This record gives sequence, C-alpha cells and structure tokens, in this order.
Amino acid sequence: MNLYRTAFNSNLRLPLSVPGVFMTVYLIVMLVLPLAALLVKGFSLPPDRFWQIATSKLALATYGINFSLAFLAALTNGVMGTLVAWVLVRYDFPGKKIIDASVDIPFALPTAVAGVVLTAIYSDSGWIGRLFAAQGIRIAFARPGVYLAMTFISLPFVIRTLQPVLNDMEKEVEEVAWSLGASPTVTFWRVIFPPLIPHILTGVALAFSRAVGEFGSVVIIASNLPFEDMIASVLIFQKLEQYDIQGATVIGVVMLTISLLLLFMINLLQKWGSHNED
Amino acid sequence: MKTKDRKDRYVDSPIGKYLLIFIALSFLAVMIYIPLMALLQEVIKGGWSTLIGALTDRNFRNACWLTVLTALVAVPLNTVFGLCTAWIIARHRFPGRTFLITLIDLPFSISPVVVGLMLVLLYGRQGWLGGFLEAINFRVIFSLPGIILATAFVSMPFVAREVMPILEEIGKSEEEAAKTLGASGWQTFWYVTVPNIRWGILYGVLLTNARAMGEFGAVSVVSGNIGGKTQTLPLFIEDVYLNYQTAQAFAASIVLALLALVTLVVKELLERRSGYKSKPRIH
Repeated sequence: MNLYRTAFNSNLRLPLSVPGVFMTVYLIVMLVLPLAALLVKGFSLPPDRFWQIATSKLALATYGINFSLAFLAALTNGVMGTLVAWVLVRYDFPGKKIIDASVDIPFALPTAVAGVVLTAIYSDSGWIGRLFAAQGIRIAFARPGVYLAMTFISLPFVIRTLQPVLNDMEKEVEEVAWSLGASPTVTFWRVIFPPLIPHILTGVALAFSRAVGEFGSVVIIASNLPFEDMIASVLIFQKLEQYDIQGATVIGVVMLTISLLLLFMINLLQKWGSHNED
Repeated sequence: MKTKDRKDRYVDSPIGKYLLIFIALSFLAVMIYIPLMALLQEVIKGGWSTLIGALTDRNFRNACWLTVLTALVAVPLNTVFGLCTAWIIARHRFPGRTFLITLIDLPFSISPVVVGLMLVLLYGRQGWLGGFLEAINFRVIFSLPGIILATAFVSMPFVAREVMPILEEIGKSEEEAAKTLGASGWQTFWYVTVPNIRWGILYGVLLTNARAMGEFGAVSVVSGNIGGKTQTLPLFIEDVYLNYQTAQAFAASIVLALLALVTLVVKELLERRSGYKSKPRIH
C-alpha cells in the first residue's frame, strides 16, 4: 500500500508542466474570465432591481414561451426518437446505414442554415407551410415554427442515447419473458421498456437543454415579437442591441443558472442509467 | 451477426414492423429530408448563373474568408488546449479534477447568446477590460478578435472530450516503457501517445471545425454584423435572407450544408476506421 502510494505520489498534484500551464491560462482567459464578468455584473445589481427585471411581465412571458416550446420539442423527440432508435436497432431495411448516418445532420448543419431551410418550407408559400396556410394555420413566424426549429436541432439526442443501450440489451431476459408466454406487446412494456426509462429521460433532458438555449434557427424562423414567439436568447440579443446591458445581464444570469441546473440534472440521470446496468 | 437472430422476433405481423419503420422514416423525412430537398430544389430552380453570381459576390467571398480565418485560429488553439487538458485529466489525480471536467463541459450547455453577452461584458466599451483596450486602441468587440474568442469558446470542449476517454482506455504502460527506455517527455508524446490517440484527435478536430464554421449566436452578438467586414458565413446567410435576397441565402446555405455533409462522411469513415463512436452531448 505504502509502496503503491509513493510510486504514484508524483501524480497526485496538478503538475507544473507546459500542458498544465497552457491549460490553466487558456481556461482562465477563455472561460473563467467571461463567466466571472457575467456573474459579477449580475450580482453587483441591487437584489430588488435584479428581481424586478428577472420577473418583469415580458421576461416571464418569454421564459414561458421558451420553456413550453422546448419542452414540447423534447417530448416529441422523446417519443419519436425512441421509435426511430428502436427501428434502427431492431429492424433491417434497405438504406438503413445511410438513414442511421443522416440522424446526425441536425448536429452538423449550422443552425442558421437550419433556420433558413425550415422557414423556406414552412412559410405560407413553402412546400408544407402552404398546406397549413390553407387551413389558416401559420407555422413559420409563429410558435409552431419555433417548436419545429427546436425539435430539429435537438433531434439526434434521444436516438443517439438509446441506440447503444438497445444494442447492448441482454436478449436472454426478453427470451425468458417470451418463452414464459408473454406476448410481444407485454414483453416490450414490462421487460424492455422499464430499463430504458432513465436513458430516454437523459436523452429528453439533453434535447430540452439544447432546445432551451437555441438561438440561430429560432431567430430566423420566428417573428420575434414579444409575447408572441420571442424566446429568452432573442430577448437578451434585443436588449443588447438597445444598449440595455443591465437587462441583458439579468436575463443572461437567469438562463445561465437554468442551464447549470439542467446540466446537474442530466448528470444525475446519467448516473441513474449506469447504476441500473450494474 | 449478432443482430441477425434478434430482429423481428417481438412483432407478430410484418405489418407492425413496417408500420413502425414507416412512422420513423416519415418523421425523419418531415424533419430532415424534405427540408434538405427543398434547399436543393431552390438552388436548382435559381439556375447556374444565379448560383455563380451569388458565390462570386464580394460580401459572400469576404464572409467565407472570415469564416475560414476564424476556424484557422480557433481550431488549432482548441486542439492544443484539448490535448493538454485530456492528458492532465487522464494521467493525473489531483483535487478539483471532477470540477475541472465539469468546467470544460460548460461551453456545451450555455446558450450561445449568453456566451456573446459574457464577452461583451468583459471586452465591451463598458466592460472590465473596455477602458484598457480603448487606451491601447485594440478592438475586440465588433471586430475579428471578438469573433475568434466567441468561436473558440463555443467549440472548446470537443477535442478534450474525444481524447480523454481514449487516453484513459489505453493506460500509461506504453508511455512508462518509453520513459524507462530513455525517451524524453516530448518523444514519448509524439512517438507513443499520439499514434494511439490519432483517430480521437481527428474526430475532435472535425467536430471543432464544424462547430467553429457554423457558429451563429455567439458570433452574432460580438461581431456587429457589418457586411463584408465582420460577417461570417452563417451571419451572411441570415442577413441576405432577411433582406429578401433569398437566392443568395440559399446559395450560401448550400455551401454550409455541403460542409456539414463532408463532416458527416469523414466522421462515418473515422468511426469505421477506428471502431469508435462518441457519445451524444449537448452541442
């Protein structure tokens, strides 16, 4: 034990090496200083002033639109993503490899392009938007458009989280259920589905977190009118354009806090998921 | 094949199977394939002359150049940073190590507009360093340094996150053997470590580059969006699209869509080559 300790003792401290120094300086300049600038600016405001801006009518409406649409988008991806992951893992069909690879397109495509392309087909004169416009439903430049953009950019999360889990699933358990006379439907809901739940939730939380912070595609497809389809990132952007640094900072601190909470939640969900596997 | 004997066992009728495949493909079609086909159709509809005209436009060429220049600075910086960080975290145990891992992931979970805001609060006229920067007459916000800082911020974690698990997996016995045989630190790194992690590095660089060239929100806040000067390709697309120059917007979009396509193809090749697949994360 002692020998082991002395042998590895040199590794116990952060080494004062070239990589160590570079990493520390880079992290401080690139990440810690900007983060500190936001937090210090935010918390140097009087608390009642901070609270007043953070809970103004417009801010509250904006969070409401932002989170409800991101939640719907994450939920859609939870259901459809589980289905797509299932189909990609369990079935064979022509073109499966290409379709599997194409799931990553929303990650690879720059968000501005996603915004332009989705607006083009879901606007009143677009391929799909036209059909809805005939029924009096607006998609682009309204909330449904924001929902679509959020669904698009967060589409791969649930699928990519579930695929390896479905692949590694021990088939013996299913076979036992099956040979004991459980129908395929019962086998799915009672045997296959329960262990998937933490992984689906992880995927949904990742999708939600990404959808909440999305800006590029949303700002292009939305009308960005307050109380209509304006999301928090757009509100921050507009406040900055109007030189309302204080207002932008407050909303920025609120959104940062929420992303950190989501990150924490995702870590817990991932632990739950890996715990189940043991 | 492992997958062969497990397929199709839990759905009674082929109707169920085909129904599920149909729903899955319809979802992907509505969300991904139809929009991309619409983009292609718009570009084809515009014709070659429109496309060439759009691609030789001065603002477009400036935007391309700025995007490439930004990536040329941000990607190598983040690659070196990622390698250093991955090595430190994988090869050492020290207090605050878990915190460091969380810190590195942070850029993935912050909204890009908030990233831009942070940089404005730090380097802007009223920011912490605003007075100092003005005194030495160096502009960060609304100019190239700000664009590079924003881009480097949002694409920071990729290389570190891809290389770290590989370094942990291969262990350090080979490196220790090299050291025992008298190799210096750099020799060990170049001749022993790098060959082992090269696919991971490439994978990380690929993702870093895709994110760097496509970043919109953070750059949009700090760049000032001056056409031909501080406009990157994604900003150019938004600008011309909002000004109803849709043909130009589609032409520029297809360029970035092609970049995305190349990224995916190379990624697929790398995965096949190395048998390695990365885990999904927030950005």
